[in-house]
Formats: sequence, C-alpha cells, structure tokens
Amino acid sequence: MEYLAAAALGYAGGVVGGLLGVGGGILFVPALAIFLDLSQLEAESTSLLAIIPVAIVGTWRQRRYGNVRLREGVLIGILSPLGVIAGVLVANAVSQRTLEVAFAILLIFVSAQLARRALSAPAEAPPSSTRR
Amino acid sequence: MKLGLIATAAGAFSGLFGVGGGTVIVPLLILWLAYGEREATGTSLAAIIAIAVFATIAQGLHGNVDVAKGLLVGIPAVGGVIGGAALQQRLPERAVSLIFAVLLLGIATELIL
Repeated sequence: MEYLAAAALGYAGGVVGGLLGVGGGILFVPALAIFLDLSQLEAESTSLLAIIPVAIVGTWRQRRYGNVRLREGVLIGILSPLGVIAGVLVANAVSQRTLEVAFAILLIFVSAQLARRALSAPAEAPPSSTRR
Repeated sequence: MKLGLIATAAGAFSGLFGVGGGTVIVPLLILWLAYGEREATGTSLAAIIAIAVFATIAQGLHGNVDVAKGLLVGIPAVGGVIGGAALQQRLPERAVSLIFAVLLLGIATELIL
C-alpha cells in the first residue's frame, strides 16, 4: 500500500515536472520520507536520482514539441556547480532561518511578477513563436 | 552573462533549500530573458539533467541515495512527465505562468512555516 502511494505521488510529481519544467522533487521528497521511511536528508538526496529520468524524458518530449533551447539549457546545467559553491559560502555567513525568510520573500515577489505579467498579457502567442 | 547568473542562482538555491533548480530557472528565463512559458519549462528540464546528475553523484558519495526507492518513485514519474508535457501543449502559456505563480507561493509558505 505504501509502495502504491509512493508510486502515485511519483507519477504526480512527473506530471508537475512536465507541466512546469521542474524536477518533481516537491512531491518526490514527501513520497520518499512519508511512505518509504527515508530520513529528510536521504529523501532529498534520493529525490535527485528520481529527477534524472524525469528531466531526460521531459527534455526529449519538449524538444519534440519544439520548446527546448538545448545549448542554453545545457550551459545553465553545467555552470550550476558555481552556485552550489556560492550557496555554501552564504550558508556559512547567514543563519538558515534568515535565508529561508529571505528566499520566501523573493519567491512571493517573483510569483507576483509572473501573475501580473500573465494577467496583463495580450492575446496568446502561437506556441511555435520565438521571442528573445 | 545572464545565463551564468541564472545557473549560479539555481545551484545556490537548490543547494541551500533542497528545491529543484527549476523553481528558480523557469521564472528567471521568463522574466529576464523573455522566454515563452513553454520554452522556459523545456529549457529548464534540459538544465536540470546536469544539475540532478551532479547532485546525485555528490550525495551518492555520502551514501544518502537509496537507488531502489528512487526508482520506485522515478519510474512512474517518467510516465507522469510525458503526460504533463502533453497537457502543457494544450494550455495557454499564461495559464502555465499562473500555475507556476501558485507553486511559488506554496513553496514560500512552506519555507516560512
């Protein structure tokens, strides 16, 4: 039963990943921690493994739909370890709580920007249009 | 230049908060680089491949990755991502932005609580 629930949450995480371009970890982590008895650290780490096939297949599908700028995406991916180093430096300088609240405020701001832009957008552009 | 900043932000936030890089990459591609929603999400998935591979190797070396349980969640998720990507093609782009805005509010709430 737990296995079924974990698999169902995994499926749902994949749907969110395909729809929104995220890895799906937002649902994988609770699936692993609650239904498969992993600690929070193990769940977050194992979630990363589950994200790999999702990202590969999701990229393949979106490329078929004409929605992937492969060169830019790969560049972001291979440069991201720079950010991990920066993150460690920041984490050592500022308390975790301060970071959480600061990041939450940033997300609320970004969320408002996205919503405002979407609600004020003119007529829908065709899916194949490229804008730069 | 902006791509480098987006990469750095994605790496930093995923390392600090355990959120996937996509949470950061998708809105930045839309708001900074004027990507369409579909393009932003597709390109984000391509970036996440490398990010997840690097991070899995790092965590695996620390012995924190349970391969069997990861596959139990990850294999059904592959079916989900195919469905999610197909669903996205039928939605207006602004709907994708709005759903993403709700996701960010949810994550913000979880961080504060």
